[in-house]
Amino acid sequence: MLEVRNLSKTYDGGMQALKNVSFSVKQGEFLAVIGLSGSGKSTLLRCINRLIEPTSGQILWNGQDITAASQDEMRHIRRKIGMVFQHFNLVSRSKVLTNVLAGRLGYVNPILSAFNRFPESDVQMALSQLDRVGIKNQAYKRADELSGGQQQRVGIARAMMQEPTMVLADEPVASLDPVLAHSIMQHLEEINKQEGVTVLCSLHFLDLVHRYADRAIALKEGALMFDGPPNQINDEKFREIYGKDAERIG
Amino acid sequence: MKKTTTPLKSLATGFITLFVLIIFAYGFSVTNVNFEETRSERRLASLTRILRALAHPKIFDYNYETVNVEVPFYLGCPADGVPFPEVDRSGAFILINSGCAAPKETIQIEGHNFQENSSGSISFVGFSPEAPDGVPIGIGNFQADAQGNFKAEVNLPNRQIKEEPQAIRATGQIQVGAPMLSQESKVTWEKIIETVFMALLATAFGTLLAVPISFFAARNLMEEVKSPLSNIALALIGWPLGMWLGIEASQFFSGLLTLLGNSFLITFAGAIIVSALSFFFARWFLAHQSEDLEFRFKQRLINLLYALILALLALISILFIGKLLLQVGAYLTPSKDVPLYFLRKFVSQIGEIISILAPVFAALVGGGVLGGFFSQLGQKISDRLPASAAKTFNLILAPLAGATLGVLIMQGLDWFYQFNNPAVTLYSPAFIGAAIGLILAIAIAPKQSLPIGIFIYGIFRTLLNGTRSVEALIMAIVFVAWVGLGPFAGALALGLHTVASNAKLYSEQVESILSGPLEAIQATGANRLQTIIFAVVPQIIPPYISYTMYRWDINVRMSTIIGFVGGGGIGFILQQNINLLNYRAASVNMLAIAIVVASMDYISSILREKYV
Repeated sequence: MLEVRNLSKTYDGGMQALKNVSFSVKQGEFLAVIGLSGSGKSTLLRCINRLIEPTSGQILWNGQDITAASQDEMRHIRRKIGMVFQHFNLVSRSKVLTNVLAGRLGYVNPILSAFNRFPESDVQMALSQLDRVGIKNQAYKRADELSGGQQQRVGIARAMMQEPTMVLADEPVASLDPVLAHSIMQHLEEINKQEGVTVLCSLHFLDLVHRYADRAIALKEGALMFDGPPNQINDEKFREIYGKDAERIG
Repeated sequence: MKKTTTPLKSLATGFITLFVLIIFAYGFSVTNVNFEETRSERRLASLTRILRALAHPKIFDYNYETVNVEVPFYLGCPADGVPFPEVDRSGAFILINSGCAAPKETIQIEGHNFQENSSGSISFVGFSPEAPDGVPIGIGNFQADAQGNFKAEVNLPNRQIKEEPQAIRATGQIQVGAPMLSQESKVTWEKIIETVFMALLATAFGTLLAVPISFFAARNLMEEVKSPLSNIALALIGWPLGMWLGIEASQFFSGLLTLLGNSFLITFAGAIIVSALSFFFARWFLAHQSEDLEFRFKQRLINLLYALILALLALISILFIGKLLLQVGAYLTPSKDVPLYFLRKFVSQIGEIISILAPVFAALVGGGVLGGFFSQLGQKISDRLPASAAKTFNLILAPLAGATLGVLIMQGLDWFYQFNNPAVTLYSPAFIGAAIGLILAIAIAPKQSLPIGIFIYGIFRTLLNGTRSVEALIMAIVFVAWVGLGPFAGALALGLHTVASNAKLYSEQVESILSGPLEAIQATGANRLQTIIFAVVPQIIPPYISYTMYRWDINVRMSTIIGFVGGGGIGFILQQNINLLNYRAASVNMLAIAIVVASMDYISSILREKYV
């Protein structure tokens, strides 16, 4: 259970990316985060695992205040929060398997991992995660030899290596074509439905929101505009979120 | 729109033009531009001579044979005239404008068929019953032209007039046999090899040091390192303490090793046993380290103890291995004449390097273990204790750390400036450091994170820029003073310069990596070291390789001139040849440099294309 209270973030240049955002997510929920580019979706997701330090507010996760955690505690918290990125963020010159094994870094012995030594059980786990997203045969290729859709699958496998209870997905399908987008979303759905992992996913296309999300929140210029089931987003709401001249596509 | 020219504008243009002219006029005067000199005949002659010599590198050489060409000559003309001498024109020969002349008179001599461009001497040969073979008296020299001809005017010696014919002799040299590599070429070959290897060693060892340094000089990595005051203060106390302990331990144990004597067996057994011991202990230690979030002081202390034991074991095994290699090396090289001497010698040289590095290793590990432990302790003080307690700790620790740092800095400066005054080197820096620490502790909120990373980054950048601004040529002068004339000094100078330049270039590469993978690895809960190894290192390998090759290329070029100050390599003889006005030999050296630099450039571009 994740609870965000009065979260604000002001960047060094004075740009206010988040304004007093509050919402909560139940364990096992699939939450879509929508809004225009620059509305603060990425900042919000990154504040949750503190890749970006929030300026004020609280984030409570299973009763623990993430915003007050020390560096060591934060690393322990991050182990349980997987993250998937728009641009995949794979280490392109490393092997696919190494990229996936990187998901275990918070768990393994730091000194042994420095020599790229992982326990055999982790290697098996990495292979089975790759199998699950259907690219086990690509395990020993270099990450940049894979296509975009395959790279995002590696990204999901990496996140799943953390055995997370929550996955933050920052526009995971924005750089993929519609067919691939659905297959990636189905992987996230599978994780959510079968393993009960909470998913926070920022999305651009409303039909994806309608199809996959249990609930949606909308941000406009850093402020929370909407919080409710996706089917409540009618044309009026849509214009409120995206601006009065916006037209729906997809 | 039509362009309008106001009088003011034209005036301004005029002034600017005038100003530019004045600047250039001053520049000409300062740089002593002198066209008169360029036209002077004397200068032109020497220019021609040098350029022509440079255009004729003395790569090949011939064996020479001395030839004497004589024509009969009468000193003092006989009344009945002189017979016209028979001249054999098949080989070299000389003609004189007259067959006789009075002593001290000037005669003209023409020579033909001599070796092209050769020089020789002309002598007057006097025959007498005591010396039937003749006694030559040097009366001049000749220089044959490109066709092997010469004309010379010589003055006859003041000798008694004789009725018998004397002789004028021209002594020249002619080439015999096939061309062969000249002595200059052989020396050049030897020195150019020396040059290339000097550059190789400098690049290799410079790079080894530059890589770790580059991470500390990368802004994007260091920016995020922030620590509370208690952490920084304790680390500042822990590091020097650990380093001092490390050096002491290394000295103590190397003393113990000396006591063990020079028995090969003992050293061998020691090296094997201690190495195996430290290896297994390391494995056990790594396997039994659980990351415990709960801070239990006892557990941490035990861990510290294990880490120290491991460090000691590693230190002893390094000392043993160094000693072992030295002994093996000494055994392998009973004299300089054994085959593959350089390989055998290398064994003891490696041993020597290890022995030299053992205290450095001990200091770094000691500092790292103790500094790391102390800084964890400081972090916990800030994380766990209430603000008031943390503040109290800060008030105690920060002055202590400040005093330590102040004293250390002044002790370092003392070595350079020899103050020899405890007030300067001990009391006042301790006091000032403590005061600064106290002010910081009072001014800063107890748990506030300080941007220590960017501070360290600044220090590293400044040091690198400072070192880099000193040319390798100047460094070589210092190293020549330390290790003597020769390529070793040059390699050290180039190596130091490589560290400074490459660390900066490398760090700029680290700064330009993609931040996405960095973010992704951080999000998995990886610590800083893991993030660097998994997200940074794979991204920087290609540019690092490319810069390292480029540096080798640069080092080869630099090592050609490092010899000018005694740093060995080809520059050493190039400078000698230039000073001795031996331009044809200098030309061979320059040719060799050009060939090596061009081929290095070519090879490195191919390799870079292949691996990057």
